[in-house]
Amino acid sequence: MVLEVIHVTDSHDDDPRARWEQEAATATERDADFVTMSDVPVEVVYGDAPYPGQYPYTRGIYPTMYRSRLWTMRMFAGFGTAEDTNARFTELLRHGGTGLSTAFDMPTLMGRDSDHEWSEGEVGRAGVAIDTLADMRDLFAGIDLGGVSTSMTINGPANIIMGMYIACAEENGVLRQRLGGTIQNDVLKEYQAQKEYIFPPRPSMRLVTDLLRFTTAEMPRWHPISISGYHIREAGSTAAQELAFTLANGFAYVEAAMAVGLPVDDFAPRLSFFFNSHSDFFEEIGKFRAARRIWARWMKERYGATDERSMKCRFHTQTAGVSLTAQQPEINIARVALQALAGVLGGTQSLHTDAYDEALALPTEEAARIALRTQQIVAHETGVASVADPLGGSPYVEWMTDEMERRAEAIFDHLLELGDGSILEGTYAAIDNGYHVSSIADSAYRFQQAVNSGRRVVVGVNRFTDGDTRDDANLLRIDPAVEDYQRKRLAQVKQQRNDEMVRRALDDLVAAAAEPTTNTVPATINAAKAMATEGEIVAALEGVFGTYVEPAVF
Amino acid sequence: MSGPPSSETPPLRVVLAKLGFDGHDRGLRVVARLLRDAGCEVIYLGLRQSVDNVVAVVEQEDADAVGLSMHNAGHLTLAPKMVQALRDAGLDTPVVVGGIIPDVDVEPLRQAGVAAILGPGASAEEVVHAVRSAVDSTP
Repeated sequence: MVLEVIHVTDSHDDDPRARWEQEAATATERDADFVTMSDVPVEVVYGDAPYPGQYPYTRGIYPTMYRSRLWTMRMFAGFGTAEDTNARFTELLRHGGTGLSTAFDMPTLMGRDSDHEWSEGEVGRAGVAIDTLADMRDLFAGIDLGGVSTSMTINGPANIIMGMYIACAEENGVLRQRLGGTIQNDVLKEYQAQKEYIFPPRPSMRLVTDLLRFTTAEMPRWHPISISGYHIREAGSTAAQELAFTLANGFAYVEAAMAVGLPVDDFAPRLSFFFNSHSDFFEEIGKFRAARRIWARWMKERYGATDERSMKCRFHTQTAGVSLTAQQPEINIARVALQALAGVLGGTQSLHTDAYDEALALPTEEAARIALRTQQIVAHETGVASVADPLGGSPYVEWMTDEMERRAEAIFDHLLELGDGSILEGTYAAIDNGYHVSSIADSAYRFQQAVNSGRRVVVGVNRFTDGDTRDDANLLRIDPAVEDYQRKRLAQVKQQRNDEMVRRALDDLVAAAAEPTTNTVPATINAAKAMATEGEIVAALEGVFGTYVEPAVF
Repeated sequence: MSGPPSSETPPLRVVLAKLGFDGHDRGLRVVARLLRDAGCEVIYLGLRQSVDNVVAVVEQEDADAVGLSMHNAGHLTLAPKMVQALRDAGLDTPVVVGGIIPDVDVEPLRQAGVAAILGPGASAEEVVHAVRSAVDSTP
């Protein structure tokens, strides 16, 4: 028997405008008046196809963009002990927040305990200190982990922190299936830019794919990687390098996941991105628009994605910390506003605005408040959020978008050549031969020479330098008592736990790690439950995987 | 790695490093190139160095100066440790510190024996001058 295949065709299939209108009609408008300051009503979109929400999503991933919902104003914070940060979280939730964003301190990010020799002076300073499950319990005490979305910015030891988070939730009766959130877990950019690596690239990728497999099977609400260009740019890359390296890293994760047998549409909808918004306004906007177009095309054409969600490049944006000046710090407020505007005109899904005093120290509360207010001015006073992709169709913006894409494609070609047709292998080869590090350092040096010669103006630094009223007295200082407290807490946990259980849990983890096809995540959760410290788990894994040492070249 | 040949004095040999966990190496890499272009010999140790390792390299390479780059607010503990470790080893090698150093910390660092402190936005000339004069004023 032959079944007749009937194609249910939409009458609007060939008419993008009609299709867009149909999609836009299902989106609710947010509660605001979409008229100019002089009462001129404005439409949702202007210009030609493809419209926002339509492949390749150059104009945005949603048909009506901010007309329906503003971007999320996601401000990143974390400090002191787990209890200090818990108090901040509880306060945020009481004021109606539903998302928690966690910054960890340097020892935690590097996979070392608070009592490590190098941790002196770093504990609880740039974020919260997590040594064991006990700290994770303190961090989320009284918070229903099934009801919030948690973002955790950690990479090298991501699976260990994830293991502690899952263990903490399950102790409180919240099944892992209900957990929602994001873990950065983008190890590739660590070798290229941020330098918070622990293990060599290939075993690190094994840990990433272990978490991808685990979350794909058991944690449908979890976003297991946030592919980040932010740090690449901060390390000195150009906009085009940021775009290309980040998307190429994304392709590398896709290839690695497919290589361990995950179908692309099973995991790709939960990948997301994180970009920098720097000062060259139109270049940034072109970069964001190009990112969406490139991702969509590659996912569809090269990796065979059929689910539209796999093709949509969702991203978070943060203004460029590196652009902030220590000289006349208050003028950074203007820089941040312009960079925030570029992020919004580029169609970001969420935004963090930097505080003006961050060239000198962690932000004070006042500076962080001004940063948030800056976003709110862009959102509610400028009218730019009334229209989806308001710059679409501008000859300069469209040219810049194309140019960013061309420059990125040239870098993809280089990586493909290095990897014999594989971006993943090309990326490993490029890390090994220092390609990313040296191209970023070249760009940073060129930029510095241009600033030094005065050809590139940095207001307050090499021109218009009068009026530096910097006053260091108001900088945030972290109480050194945090460190003592945290070390005592760790010693107490170590004294109270069952050392034999810890030893067995670590042995199991080592056995899992030594077997390439075994997923290490369940053994990691068990090690967390046995109260093994982060540093002990890392040391056990280093025994199998080794430790990465960067080639010392500049 | 060596600078242009000079008929008079041998080029300055400068060890560049970051101590501990801090991974912000953009500044250190830029300074490495600035010093190289100014004719210095740069011994680039890069990230995750211990004070003891820096001392060992200074001895081994007979270095004229140590440059440390610091961005994690650890300068008040780590920079004095570096100076002390060099002195304990019988070395009078000057230590120059660059990075995010608030003005209020400059005097305590000088008191601790740091030869020069370069804040954010220091020009290429200032960097090279700071290193040269630190070496020149060493007995």
